[in-house]
Amino acid sequence: MPEMKYDDYLVKSRMPLFWCSGCGNGIVLGAILRAFAKLQLDRHNTVVVTGIGCWGKADDYINTNTFHGTHGRALGFATGIKLANPELKVIALMGDGDGATIGGNHLIHAARRNVDITAIVVNNFNYGMTGGQYSGTTLEETYTTTSQFGHIESAFDLCRLVEAAGAPYVARSHVLNVIQLEGFITEAIRKKGFSFVEALSPCPTHYGRHNGMKTAPKMMQWIKENAITLKEAEKKPQAEWENKFVIGKFTDKESVDYSTRYEAVMALAEASVSKGVSEREG
Amino acid sequence: MNRISVNTAWCKGCGICAAFCPVKVFTQERDGTPVPEYQERCTGCKLCVLRCPDFAIQLEVSGDEPK
Repeated sequence: MPEMKYDDYLVKSRMPLFWCSGCGNGIVLGAILRAFAKLQLDRHNTVVVTGIGCWGKADDYINTNTFHGTHGRALGFATGIKLANPELKVIALMGDGDGATIGGNHLIHAARRNVDITAIVVNNFNYGMTGGQYSGTTLEETYTTTSQFGHIESAFDLCRLVEAAGAPYVARSHVLNVIQLEGFITEAIRKKGFSFVEALSPCPTHYGRHNGMKTAPKMMQWIKENAITLKEAEKKPQAEWENKFVIGKFTDKESVDYSTRYEAVMALAEASVSKGVSEREG
Repeated sequence: MNRISVNTAWCKGCGICAAFCPVKVFTQERDGTPVPEYQERCTGCKLCVLRCPDFAIQLEVSGDEPK
């Protein structure tokens, strides 16, 4: 296979990108494509699965096998693809509305089963495509189209959630830290087992506009100012950082993935069946 | 000198490159389109290329082989 450069994975005929000016999705897309190039992924052996939403359109721009599923079900389809052909590299792209809100149950169960999938969630704090309604990661007391007087629910900490569900690789970064983000994505794709990367990203069109950050640089600056590294957070009392975005690698451990366990149990089952047959026939 | 070029057909003028360039290479036109006015300041860090959400910035670092 000739060496693949990052833009060999980009479908240039579809450019310019469909996303709004200043949307962070393109930055995450760039980080993913550079990670693909770093790992020299075989296009024919890689499947990118998406759901619905702004970030769900990412499959249009990626030059591998892609699968565009229904809302919130990217991980369900990705699990099916991985079980049908464990040789494939499966990467699921979801937004916070798609992956954490509508498809939240798929997320925790894929992590619990430890299916060998890389899930990359772009968290822009709201449902961007449908007009900026609040999602499961919208921060408390912030404004969206459907929380005009301040949001009364608290937000999911997705990384802690997925970590608690048992995923062997969990990390969070934001689009301004694009080099760190690319590193996390590369490690996550390399990881055998369920790996999860959350990228905090600006949505100046909806979430930003409702919260006094009409431009992408302002919203990126806001994310940066409210971010704290995991190392720093560990040194400080929780009250100082509990309302901040904790950035870093939460978990990186070894754990036997679903396909390996499935193969082992199938071998047991087959041995048991053939033993039963030979006993009956013998 | 490093050479920066902006693909105006893909650029949406979001201003990320101009806002976060560590040495302030860019100015912006009224519609937001970045102009690499102070190219001589460019250190070749490529953060503008990495952070551009529209794949619109190309940077040739002098002495670097084209990638």
